[in-house]
Amino acid sequence: MKTLSENIKSGIDYASLSRKNRSRDIIFASLGIIVLFIAITTLVALFLDLAVRGAPRLTDPDFYTSFPSRRPLDAGILSAWVGTIMVMLVTAVIAVPLGIAAGLYLEEYAGKNWLTDVIEVNVSNLAGVPSIVYGLLALGLFVQTFGMGETVLVAGLVLSLLILPIIIVSTREAIRSIPNELREAAYGLGANQWQTMAMYIIPAAKPGIITGAIVGLSRAIGETAPIITIGALSFIAFLPQSPVSGDFPFISFEWLNSGFTVMPIQMFGWVSRPQADFQITAAAAGVVLIVMTLMMNALAIYIRYRARK
Amino acid sequence: MNGMSKFQTTVQDDSEKPMRKASEHLDHWYLEPDSPTRARVSNLKFWYGDGTQAIDDVSMPLIDKKVTALIGPSGCGKSTFLRCFNRMHDLYPGVRYSGEINLLPEDEDLINLDPNIVRMRVGMVFQKPNPFPKSIYENVIAGLRIRGITKRSLLDEIVEDSLSKAALWDEVKDRLHQPALSMSGGQQQRLCIARALAVEPEILLLDEPTSALDPIATAKVEDLINKLAGDVTVLIVTHNMQQAARISDYTAYMYLGKLIEYNKTNDLFTAPRCQRTEDYITGRFG
Repeated sequence: MKTLSENIKSGIDYASLSRKNRSRDIIFASLGIIVLFIAITTLVALFLDLAVRGAPRLTDPDFYTSFPSRRPLDAGILSAWVGTIMVMLVTAVIAVPLGIAAGLYLEEYAGKNWLTDVIEVNVSNLAGVPSIVYGLLALGLFVQTFGMGETVLVAGLVLSLLILPIIIVSTREAIRSIPNELREAAYGLGANQWQTMAMYIIPAAKPGIITGAIVGLSRAIGETAPIITIGALSFIAFLPQSPVSGDFPFISFEWLNSGFTVMPIQMFGWVSRPQADFQITAAAAGVVLIVMTLMMNALAIYIRYRARK
Repeated sequence: MNGMSKFQTTVQDDSEKPMRKASEHLDHWYLEPDSPTRARVSNLKFWYGDGTQAIDDVSMPLIDKKVTALIGPSGCGKSTFLRCFNRMHDLYPGVRYSGEINLLPEDEDLINLDPNIVRMRVGMVFQKPNPFPKSIYENVIAGLRIRGITKRSLLDEIVEDSLSKAALWDEVKDRLHQPALSMSGGQQQRLCIARALAVEPEILLLDEPTSALDPIATAKVEDLINKLAGDVTVLIVTHNMQQAARISDYTAYMYLGKLIEYNKTNDLFTAPRCQRTEDYITGRFG
């Protein structure tokens, strides 16, 4: 007399079941590898294509130290990379502290009521707003209403607006991932809210916060649309005034009000030229921009790696 | 002594109030007349943010420099009750207290003080060891940093003293500046006790401090608690009755948010006055 469970078990073919499951594993794994392969080869092919086409200019040291020129083989990216660095500097100085502070406030200080709910939904949605819309906002607000002109400062401001939601959201997530036990440990010792934040929560969340900030900045570095919208120039044969000078007071902020161009715009300008040689220059600039972005991402990974140790 | 008589008066007054049903639980605690009281809980009630009442009219003393254990089945409110003593609940929105926890002899009501000040005076050790992700040294002096103490020689002295009290000094004296998270779970919990002791709390709360530890580490922590009695007023939540019997001087048995019986540990375990207590400690229930 078999028991019920023995009856059920006798109907199961363990060997074929395990074979079936194994073959499912193999199918899924191979599918994954194929998809991964397609994605990576596409990226690598694009990058290699750019690098090969841009090689004549990339290997020329003058490319990095010359201003753009009407003659494609003399054209360089000096004003573009200097402009990119300056704009990124402004963006970082504005967006990073503001975004982190806003994230901290929303996560730890703000009460839970309808107003913070509205803000929360808005912040998440802002992250998905097309960048050209930010460009239009900046054109109307900073350039026309405030009359600030097409300057490094305005470009930094618009990119800051663009990446603020990214930094806010990633800051909140980094803080939320800190276990509640840590919070209670700090409060349990008599720490007030500020001490708990500054001494325990922020240091523990720091890798996540910094990674979020860098991811935001590396999004900003490649943005073209909003910068074009505010009217950045694509042909510039001068550098903004140096921020440090030999004369008193040694530091100048004149560069903030300077006209500028950035790497993506410089590329865009060259791509739209009829001469074939400008395509080489554009490809070379593309490689430099990708390397700049990769370097920022590598920094983010390095920081995360170091913090995990 | 003064506080003592106050305590008894309050309770007698309460039990005579006609409004109140004769609460059976109040009749079941006994107090040694000459033991100095460190804190007196009177008619404490507590509600969580969602409106659930977790503590229902608890009154009991906390005897100075003795270990008092809170026992009872899961969900009986013993941890909630413990966390009222350092106002940990105030970190979460919508909670509500009524009643008093008076520190004696100062006669200050913990429920009406600034929670930060309460937590500076009442230390706590949690269920799960929760050292900060910093060095052992930094963990011990965390409370001192919070209080703005920076004098190096003083800090060094307190670190050695607190770690010795927590029976950890010999194990870690050569690696004070290594990360606290590299220690074993039992060591981490003793570090948390050292961290709480470093600021010389008036009352030390222990919330099931050994529930995450293996038997050997548990024995070490219990030894430590035994040694602390006599120096510090300890209130400990435990779901292990043997542990309560081993380490405490007084025991309170709670059930469904109410205090069922409070007595000297020995008496409570050998001659419970309440049927429900007896059922619980003999394992017939809970």
